[in-house]
Amino acid sequence: MSEKNDTESNDTQWPLWEVFTQPKDGKPHEHAGSLHAPDAEMALENARDVYSRRNEATSIWVVPSDQITASSPEDSGPFFDPANDKPYRHPQFYSVPRAAKRRS
Amino acid sequence: MNEEAKQEKFQKRIDNGEKIEPKDWMPDRYRKQLTRMMSQHAHSEIVGMLPEGNWITRAPSLRRKMILLSKVQDEAGHGLYLYSATETLGTSRQKVIDDLLNERAKYSSIFNYPTLSWADVAVIGWLVDGAAIINQTMLARSSYGPYSRAMVRICKEESFHKKQGYEMVATMADGTPEQQDMIQDAVNRWWWPTLMMFGPHDADSPNSAELIKWGVKSKTNDELRQSFVDRHVQEAHTVGLELPDPDLKFNEETGHWEFGEIDWDEFWNVVKGNGPMNRERVNARREAHENGKWVREAAEEYARKKRLSKEKAS
Repeated sequence: MSEKNDTESNDTQWPLWEVFTQPKDGKPHEHAGSLHAPDAEMALENARDVYSRRNEATSIWVVPSDQITASSPEDSGPFFDPANDKPYRHPQFYSVPRAAKRRS
Repeated sequence: MNEEAKQEKFQKRIDNGEKIEPKDWMPDRYRKQLTRMMSQHAHSEIVGMLPEGNWITRAPSLRRKMILLSKVQDEAGHGLYLYSATETLGTSRQKVIDDLLNERAKYSSIFNYPTLSWADVAVIGWLVDGAAIINQTMLARSSYGPYSRAMVRICKEESFHKKQGYEMVATMADGTPEQQDMIQDAVNRWWWPTLMMFGPHDADSPNSAELIKWGVKSKTNDELRQSFVDRHVQEAHTVGLELPDPDLKFNEETGHWEFGEIDWDEFWNVVKGNGPMNRERVNARREAHENGKWVREAAEEYARKKRLSKEKAS
């Protein structure tokens, strides 16, 4: 590369992948971060080297970043509000006889 | 909602201690400042591999060699966490790397000093990583979610870096007279540049107030520098090393170590690109990028061929 010249436009650094790791057997997979890789297999290997150098994962998922659909923060109010007026979905909504309470 | 109302709502979220996530609305300047800060941080991790990498082949034992290899690999990992976090702000990886290779972006000036002896590897782990921990522990509470999460991950690994360094410092300080001279010489050369890592005095740091208002930082440069000095003076004295500052003295009243004035001419000179190793570091990065090009292309082509043969088979 000549000085002051940017890298060629087709030098893309590869597509972006999101990495999810399962910290322990039985735990859910959690988002760990992202990385670049040419395909899924190499994305998995890179994910192991980048996000699990100290046994932080027992299992890894990689997903192409552009395949993830996320809820949008602007609409989060109306999007989540169907749950707001349903307190009867929680056990705290109910009162039970004292005697039964003590036993549990 | 107009711009002003959005700004106000944003500031309220910050003041409430909420984390800002990539798709949330944020002021352009918040995005810009974070992109600058996080990419600089990523570049520092990557360039930071060079001074220590210089000694891998000459490590004094297999144990030390494995440790150093592992540490340098961690720095590459830290760079990747931070490049990924920077990308969530909407700047491509390619652009961020181009900025480093074409010197539009900076990295920590500490890496523009040379590593002249093996003792420098010990002192870098102890002082430079020690300073990084103090800075990064604060940044782990940063208001930007992806930055904060990357920092939490980094901090966990950084304590190994400091500890292996201090172990080596202690070993050499307790060694032969030659080893003692070597480690003292390294401390003399690295002490002041390490203090400069925290940046200019608060009064001369134009970005500080804004970054604190936005919850990106929670302490000023001078506060961070003071906690570094307090901790490391103690550690130096514990292993019988002197620090090259005649003004260093303990203030009983404040409970802090007072220290002399930093040579700010040297600081700005290195920031502006005239440090002993600035040219060499950027050239090494350019070469690595250029020499790695065929690997990136080959991997892409391999992936393409594999995809094709899979399509054919199905």
